[in-house]
Amino acid sequence: MTAPLVIFFVLAAVAVFGAISLIVQKHPIHSALSLILVMVALAGLYLLMGAEFVAAVQIIVYGGAIMVLFIFVIMLLNAGEEERTNFSKLAMYAGVPLAVAMTGLIAAAIVGSNAAMPARAPETLTSTRQLSTLLFQEFVYPFELTSFLILVAILGAIVLAQREN
Amino acid sequence: MNEFLTHYAFLIIPIVKIAILVFIVLTVDAYLTWIERKVIAHIQARWGPHRVGPHGLLQPLADGVKFIFKEDPLPASVDKVAYFLAPFITLMLALTSLAVIPFGPQHFTVFGYETGISIAEVNISLLVLFAITALSVYGVALAGWASNSKYSLLGGLRSSAQMVSYELALTLSVVGVLLIAGDFSLRTIVVQQGVKGNGLLSWNIFPQIIGFICFFIAAIAETNRVPFDLPEAESELVAGFHTEYASMKFAMFFIAEYTSMITVSCLATILFFGGWLSPFPASWAFTQYLPSVLLIPFGLWVIFDGIRYENLFGRMVLPVVGAVMAAIGFGLIVFPVVNDAIQGIFWFLAKVFTFLFVYIWMRGTLPRFRYDQLMSFGWKFLLPVSIANVVLTSVVILWRMH
Repeated sequence: MTAPLVIFFVLAAVAVFGAISLIVQKHPIHSALSLILVMVALAGLYLLMGAEFVAAVQIIVYGGAIMVLFIFVIMLLNAGEEERTNFSKLAMYAGVPLAVAMTGLIAAAIVGSNAAMPARAPETLTSTRQLSTLLFQEFVYPFELTSFLILVAILGAIVLAQREN
Repeated sequence: MNEFLTHYAFLIIPIVKIAILVFIVLTVDAYLTWIERKVIAHIQARWGPHRVGPHGLLQPLADGVKFIFKEDPLPASVDKVAYFLAPFITLMLALTSLAVIPFGPQHFTVFGYETGISIAEVNISLLVLFAITALSVYGVALAGWASNSKYSLLGGLRSSAQMVSYELALTLSVVGVLLIAGDFSLRTIVVQQGVKGNGLLSWNIFPQIIGFICFFIAAIAETNRVPFDLPEAESELVAGFHTEYASMKFAMFFIAEYTSMITVSCLATILFFGGWLSPFPASWAFTQYLPSVLLIPFGLWVIFDGIRYENLFGRMVLPVVGAVMAAIGFGLIVFPVVNDAIQGIFWFLAKVFTFLFVYIWMRGTLPRFRYDQLMSFGWKFLLPVSIANVVLTSVVILWRMH
């Protein structure tokens, strides 16, 4: 096994462990911490693919800003441990077969694909300069539309907060 | 053996460099506490540490021994995982952030492996630094939450709110520098400040004075230092997020705080004050003797102070220390090769220590912010000013292009 492959499997194992832990943990803070672990492991995977900028942004935005907000809210509300309810019938009869089918589908797609996956992103995308040129020239309309969407969401949050007073 | 070294140089050399850097940083951290206590003591017309060793110079050692041997009680019904994880996360991230800082200009080849005076040369090193800063909120927030104490919880909440608010201003304030340099690499940012070769005048501080002021204020808030040390305001919160921590776990928070002070000082030096570049124009060749000119008189003064020190131990140790300093100063004049090699590191460290002194000076001078003042200052003043700086810088750059 080559070194990148070893690192890939370690990071993938960490990500999967974090994701399972996120669901299994009873305390919201522990779940949030597991989610941070997943984010950091994903950033490591991006780094392995040569997408340094995406990796850094992944940690800054998801690992930093968004998850800090999660933790902050959980701490502020002082949420306690959740209680386990009975295993739902729907989850038993519909959920488990669906999960198995989904896993099989993904596995089949991976096994069926003959073309070797490119290990690195194309060189043109790794440079930050090229990324920004792409973002602000070719995809400028979707980009501006997204920021407009976020602005609407912020305004909505302010309106909802103001209604209480 | 040699073959083995050549083959695994990419692995061994970084590990050796990490060990050296961690050793140096932890020592500097320890002596930073000594400098801080001394400087604040003299600001307040006191003596400061004076008992352990001459001029209290062995005080950090005594503190270290005390931290290791103190009892480490576990408070009742804490969240064990988070309680133990928090100091480790804080210290680990603080030390990791130093990995991308380039300390000097040289590149050298060891066992066929080319390396510089830094642990990792990443071409997005500034972004990596911000990513690590973004994660460092968790240490403080978790420590506050896991301790199961209302003072700690309030400290942790305050700190996460403060760090999230000032992180925006911190990131936006360096965009001006990025626009000028056109690159995320800290090494490139420094090299570009030296292209014109007229020393001090070509540093980023002159076009980016607004950016620097915003950066420095936000950086102090990010490192939780006075006047922004609300997470550990002792008059309101006992000791804030680390109230329930004792012994080595408390020491880890302490070391992390001083390490992030060093990182921020390094970053301010690199982004705005030309990193390892000399403040004098390249034509002033005689300024390269400045390290010797400073070291020799200081060494002689330490000898002079040592021979009339109040106790025998000091009379024995201080003259030797002074003699070593003076000898190093003379050695630099005798061996110009060594003198040339240390120029970059000398200027870098001189600037970093100036910033660290400013940090301590502020702690001795300024009162703490009130919490609402802190928030309105961050959101209503610092953030708009740093955004205005970005717009202004972009307009000037566009103007120059056309």
